[in-house]
Amino acid sequence: MTAAVYAARKRLDAVLISKDIGGQPMWTGRIENYMGYQYIEGFELMAKFEEQVKQFPLEQRIGVQAVSVKSIAGGFEVATDGGGKFQAKAVIVASGKRPRPLNVPGEEEFKGKGVTYCSVCDGPVFSGQRVAVIGGGNSALEAIDDMMKIAERVYVVSVTPFTGDQVLVERVRAAGNVTEFLEHEVLSISGGTLVEDMEIRDIKTGEKKKLELSGIFVEIGLNPNSELVKGLTALNQQGEIVVNCRNETDVPGLFAAGDVTNVPEKQIVISAGEGAKAALQAHKYLQRL
Amino acid sequence: MAKEVKVYSTPTCPWCRKVKQWLDANKIAYTDFNVAQDHTARDEMVKKSSQTAVPTIFIDGEIVVGFNEPVLKEKLGIK
Repeated sequence: MTAAVYAARKRLDAVLISKDIGGQPMWTGRIENYMGYQYIEGFELMAKFEEQVKQFPLEQRIGVQAVSVKSIAGGFEVATDGGGKFQAKAVIVASGKRPRPLNVPGEEEFKGKGVTYCSVCDGPVFSGQRVAVIGGGNSALEAIDDMMKIAERVYVVSVTPFTGDQVLVERVRAAGNVTEFLEHEVLSISGGTLVEDMEIRDIKTGEKKKLELSGIFVEIGLNPNSELVKGLTALNQQGEIVVNCRNETDVPGLFAAGDVTNVPEKQIVISAGEGAKAALQAHKYLQRL
Repeated sequence: MAKEVKVYSTPTCPWCRKVKQWLDANKIAYTDFNVAQDHTARDEMVKKSSQTAVPTIFIDGEIVVGFNEPVLKEKLGIK
């Protein structure tokens, strides 16, 4: 969205294409490190971003997902999920990241039927029930912290020991209704219409166990939304688009910004700055043509 | 005749707020059920929709999950 504002202020003939507005900050409750706001909720900050974009006469296609970018004579063609096609001399990819799936049997089948990737959203639906949080990092610990206050029992399943902040680990361990299965992996998810149980295995001993539950919160990290440029430009081992400090990829006219790139540190303030840089560089590129 | 719209939501869910803001902006009357507190509504949502994600919107009994503006417009007859 920041790239869109900078593009509009440079009077570029640009179009903003996005499946939704807000991205990852929409799932974030409290934000205390975006300058200008001592405290703001992710939802409110993104509403302000959206409002700021709307004050400029920039074409927007929201609800439409860009699925591929290919090189054509004189620039690029962006294809969307609705069959739309857009031609442009320059493209900025700022598509962010999405939750990483477990890739176990039953996960896809029970998505939205007990399996969730947004504990902030769906957590309260499972109050008084038995749930599992998968993962051992900060986002998993925050999900446990939220759920242990309202769920009957919270199982924690992580292939590693806790890797998140010690203050969060101590808080979770002080609760009486959290059962840890660290160095365990999820084998499968099963049930009827909704999730009923999950099979796990101790990585060290190989011992298997079945947990009866109704909710599974997957918090094992994020994958970059870079599929649309796969094969067109270089991606690193994590699938992130490789850019230089001017947000240029190895394809002239193709820029990328934010969490979808190899930029170190994924933060709202950094992504916003990267979006600004990418738009300014795209403007310079177009002037040089 | 206006369609009956029910929104099943939680207070912490950003997309629930987005749906309600959008309905307000389009002057669509709706009943909001906070499923974090109202467990009867929660059970009804899960039973009727066979899923556990919020927001779940019932439009004259038809189910829409999540904030999907094109689908909401279509179901509500908004151009």
